[in-house]
Amino acid sequence: MFNWLQEIADYLVFDVFGMSTEGHLSKALNFFIYDTVKIFLLLFVIIFLMGIVNSYFPVDKVRNYLSRNKLFGFEYLMASFFGVVTPFCSCSSIPLFIGFVKGGIPLGVTFSFLVTSPLVNEVAIGLFLGLFGVKTTVIYVVSGILLGTISGAILQKLKLEKYLSPWVKEVLIHSQKEQAVFTAEKYPFRNRLPFIWKEVLKILKGILPYVLIGIAIGGLMHGYIPEGFFEQYMSRDNLWAVPVSTILAVPMYSNASGVLPIVQVLVAKGIPLGTAIAFMMGVVGLSLPEAMLLKKVMSLKLIAIFFGVVTLCIIISGYIFNFIF
Amino acid sequence: MSKEIKILGTGCLKCKQTEAVVTNIVAEHNIDATIKKVEDIMDIMKYNVMSTPAVVIDEKVVIKGRIPSKLELIDLLK
Repeated sequence: MFNWLQEIADYLVFDVFGMSTEGHLSKALNFFIYDTVKIFLLLFVIIFLMGIVNSYFPVDKVRNYLSRNKLFGFEYLMASFFGVVTPFCSCSSIPLFIGFVKGGIPLGVTFSFLVTSPLVNEVAIGLFLGLFGVKTTVIYVVSGILLGTISGAILQKLKLEKYLSPWVKEVLIHSQKEQAVFTAEKYPFRNRLPFIWKEVLKILKGILPYVLIGIAIGGLMHGYIPEGFFEQYMSRDNLWAVPVSTILAVPMYSNASGVLPIVQVLVAKGIPLGTAIAFMMGVVGLSLPEAMLLKKVMSLKLIAIFFGVVTLCIIISGYIFNFIF
Repeated sequence: MSKEIKILGTGCLKCKQTEAVVTNIVAEHNIDATIKKVEDIMDIMKYNVMSTPAVVIDEKVVIKGRIPSKLELIDLLK
């Protein structure tokens, strides 16, 4: 599908710039040009499609849907799925959390949403497609949704309401089903398009520097680190690799756009895919800044339990990934 | 009559940008309005918004979850 792009990159680097076809620098540059253009094309398409979905399913509608309907256990899966289509911003996570609690949505279901939302979103999907191809992307998306679903269900079973901050408990007591009046914006598609378009450009502009830096670092590593370099340190047989890299990743924070290009190079140079993805999920999904934000609505103990359960699920999915590939 | 504009946001980048846009518009068009930033999460929740930034004009939520465009704001404030 992208052969034409490789030809353009080859033509630019080897013919126009007249660089040698064997040098490290020219290989790195070629990789950089090819990757950047391809990834931005894919990001553009995915963000645009998600923008359309989101325009018809804003988070208020999602909340009302989850609050109103009895879903017999499927609510975790639905919440997780909605987490995918809702664009994630860490600064929105607290209002969102309270909004869900207010709507009478169980804590575990809310957690399902909170886990999946940063892990699987339009930016992550676009990057994954560009860097790893369709098959890996589908597996990643499915496992991200399952991760949110399962950890949400576990957290619900643990009956954690008592560890919420006092004022949130107050909100919980007064929670009502379907209380929020949501005035749906009934615009035809033609009128929505300019808004969606602007949002797409804004998101792309926002992630541009991260992706460029990520790809640049990736490109350098690609050109200079020999194939299979990491294999000697992090082989598939090393059982400790997955938990150690996940636990190292949890305090760190970056969005998907910064980590993924680097993860791709790590995989190309011999780190098992499951280990790399567990690392990435740890970086993107859980972080110290997020814990600080959550401190406003829950006790440290609940944050610790939440992080613990999700970390465990990430480690397990890392092993499963390594097993499949 | 003077309008009361509130910007709801927990202090993220988008919220600051929203504040800047609103302040600019009010100054540029000499609109009679007071601008207040609401950062406390409990106060924000009183307005029932789930995605910030949000803009409230005279106690009515007019924009939520995104940075408003200049044209939109001018329409809303007139």
